Amino acid sequence: MVKILEKCQLTPITKLYRVDAPLIAKAARAGQFVIVRVREGGERIPLTITDYDAEQGVITIVVQEVGATTRRLAELEVGDHILDMVGPLGEAPDIPSGGHIVGVGGGYGSAALLCLMRELSDRGEKTTIVMGAREKDLLILADELGEICDHVEICTDDGSAGFKGFVTERLQEMIDGSPPGRPDYVIAIGPMPMMRAVEKTTAAAGIDTTASLDPLMIDGTGMCGGCRVTVGGEVKFACVDGPFFDAHEVDFDEAVSRSKMYVKEEQKAAACQRSAREVA
Amino acid sequence: MPVKRADKTPMPVREPEMRARDFEEVNEGYCFSHAMFEAERCLRCQDPVCIDGCPVRVPIADFMHAVAAGDMHKASEILRTANPLAAICGRVCPQEAQCEMKCHMTKRFGPVAIGHLERYVSDWEMAQPLNDEVAKPWRDEKVAIIGSGPSGLVCAGELARLGYHVTVYEALHAPGGVLRYGIPEFRLPNSILDWEIASLERLGVEFVNNVIIGKTIKLDDLFSEMGYSAAFIGTGAGLPKFMGIPGESLNGVYSANEFLTRINLMQAFEFPQAETPLKVGGRVAVIGSGNTAMDAVRSALRLGAEHAMVVYRRSENEMTARIEEYEHAIEEGVEFHWLTNPIEVLGEDGWVTGLKCMRMELGEPDDSGRARPVPIEGSEFVFPVDNVVLSIGTRPNPLLSRATPGLKTHSWGGLLVDERQVETSVHRVYAGGDAVTGAATVILAAGAGKKAAEAIHSDLTADTA
Ligand SMILES: Cc1cc2nc3c(=O)[nH]c(=O)nc-3n(C[C@H](O)[C@H](O)[C@H](O)COP(=O)(O)OP(=O)(O)OC[C@H]3O[C@@H](n4cnc5c(N)ncnc54)[C@H](O)[C@@H]3O)c2cc1C
Ligand code: SF4
Ligand code: FES
Repeated sequence: MVKILEKCQLTPITKLYRVDAPLIAKAARAGQFVIVRVREGGERIPLTITDYDAEQGVITIVVQEVGATTRRLAELEVGDHILDMVGPLGEAPDIPSGGHIVGVGGGYGSAALLCLMRELSDRGEKTTIVMGAREKDLLILADELGEICDHVEICTDDGSAGFKGFVTERLQEMIDGSPPGRPDYVIAIGPMPMMRAVEKTTAAAGIDTTASLDPLMIDGTGMCGGCRVTVGGEVKFACVDGPFFDAHEVDFDEAVSRSKMYVKEEQKAAACQRSAREVA
Repeated sequence: MPVKRADKTPMPVREPEMRARDFEEVNEGYCFSHAMFEAERCLRCQDPVCIDGCPVRVPIADFMHAVAAGDMHKASEILRTANPLAAICGRVCPQEAQCEMKCHMTKRFGPVAIGHLERYVSDWEMAQPLNDEVAKPWRDEKVAIIGSGPSGLVCAGELARLGYHVTVYEALHAPGGVLRYGIPEFRLPNSILDWEIASLERLGVEFVNNVIIGKTIKLDDLFSEMGYSAAFIGTGAGLPKFMGIPGESLNGVYSANEFLTRINLMQAFEFPQAETPLKVGGRVAVIGSGNTAMDAVRSALRLGAEHAMVVYRRSENEMTARIEEYEHAIEEGVEFHWLTNPIEVLGEDGWVTGLKCMRMELGEPDDSGRARPVPIEGSEFVFPVDNVVLSIGTRPNPLLSRATPGLKTHSWGGLLVDERQVETSVHRVYAGGDAVTGAATVILAAGAGKKAAEAIHSDLTADTA
């Protein structure tokens, strides 16, 4: 059981938690993730470690409400416990030094980039974050990322903040020379379709790109193979071989299709959750 | 008819039509008179060869004697001293290839039902009131057990009995290894595993779930920072193999491990109350012929498949599952397609629609001594299916060895151990079970855990001498 020490609402559907997890905080590295289960009978879902503090024994996670489990998680308050949390899982990415490193984050993805970008900035890299959301109110951790990175590029679909348009459009402008300039290396974290679009954009420009894949997972130890993705024609287990893979080698069509395997069941679980609540 | 010439007393089972729709245990267990009658069949041989067939050498003849005398207390003591997981082994051991194969009665009247009696006596033991005192370790040394499958559980229990502080670290949220996530309730109810774990807790064993050694805690840190004097690795062989045929990543294709984990660990059969889903269509093909394949195909039936079939490239004779499971599967309506080799999973819009196979015939024996299946040219055909479950074997999980420089493995992933078959290439780190042998059996894992506990005790005693 993992105790919630702090909770804050980042957007109407996104919450940030700081939780008491000393072993995980001590072992964590930027880019790794945890798997949590919120209640008996609940699912196991992966969540990126947004930040960690080994000294205080605390890790930060950011949760966007998308399904039954994330909704249950969102209902937990300070002092409550998360039933199970295991980690840190996956491998930290190996980002080459030198050059202009651009993190592209969509949705909760910008939170996932937080400690990774800090590590890179601390290492002395030139860093930029390009973060996108539908509208201004859905942007997360923009200020924190602003303090860490040399440049922050905000994109909103409706133009309510920053650049009006998709992260890929802004990225394309930068590739074409618009300040802060052409990336030498891109890290994409966010929804699958966004990562696929980023990959297309950087492929055309010949820019090395890594993407953090978050397929469905159960154990997170390489035991079930449910998280398999095809990378460069080979089957990889995202939980142990990833989550970061060379985006230009990832079979995104397959990954997107697999990520939608249980869309109907998720709706059913959510409906069941709602009716249980109405009864209660 | 004299008892000694009677046939083996059949195990009472639930009706196939009923049981194939739920996850309740199939076997109902002997009653007292079954047990007395069956134990009386034992000849009390001068040379009880049955014991040679038992990997942990349960003194079967003595055990039979105690049962026949109605002394269940003594019978259970004999059993538990040799086999700490008797209630489980009585249900899942391949007795027909072990003790019961050796039994002198086998050729003429059928073996004494050693497994069924092992189960009977363990069930008797579980029904006795528990002593709820928790034992306290009396030695200073601490031992860490990595993985809570049968090897880890037995090693933990033996060391706790010897007075060590024992902590079992498990990666998943519940202990038991394959006994929890792999073998379904209809064969091994979770309540039995829970009872075994509770007994270990009363011996003073501490269980810590959600810790992956190599990730959450490095193996070295167990010694340098946490003060353990020894560690036992019982991490199993949980890495599923895929066939490498086209279409394996289509939606609806599962490894048997994923399929069974969703059901057993995550209770997908209670969806949507339990939130982990599993897609089971009307037609399910399971590839393979071991216990895992039988568990998967019978689970598919229980989740509503109208056609649940086993597809295997060799013949019935080469099947590796326990004979009882095979017979139960047939009774429940599982279809078997022998000498049939899948070559492609077909799909539409990302979902499985069929399994393309070739017919095989048996040729010369291969390295394993079994007849090699050879494809019959031009025999390709398609099974229309909604799901494909791959149950073609597993390998030791490389997670811990990858994270631990100095922990040596064979090229196929099994951990290297010393000439005593217990200590790894890292000092005071021991290993056993599937992590060392590759996928094997519960009793071999249990035996390895016991042997490692003895070695740990003797090495630590020598260290402090
Ligand atoms: C579906 C199925 C049915 C089977 N049926 C039978 C049967 O009928 N009869 C029979 O005799 N055998 C059967 N077997 C085989 C038998 O279950 C195994 O041989 C046995 O469980 C092996 O035990 P083990 O202790 O080596 O490891 P496992 O049972 O595999 O347990 C290993 C445990 O270690 C944990 N772990 C792994 N890595 C780490 C780590 N780094 N840190 C912490 N924990 C870790 C895993 O999560 C797991 O819980 C079956 C196997 C399967 C899969
Ligand atoms: S071999 Fe069979 S008959 Fe002989 S002692 Fe063993 S169980 Fe009894
Ligand atoms: S989540 Fe099961 S193997 Fe990756």
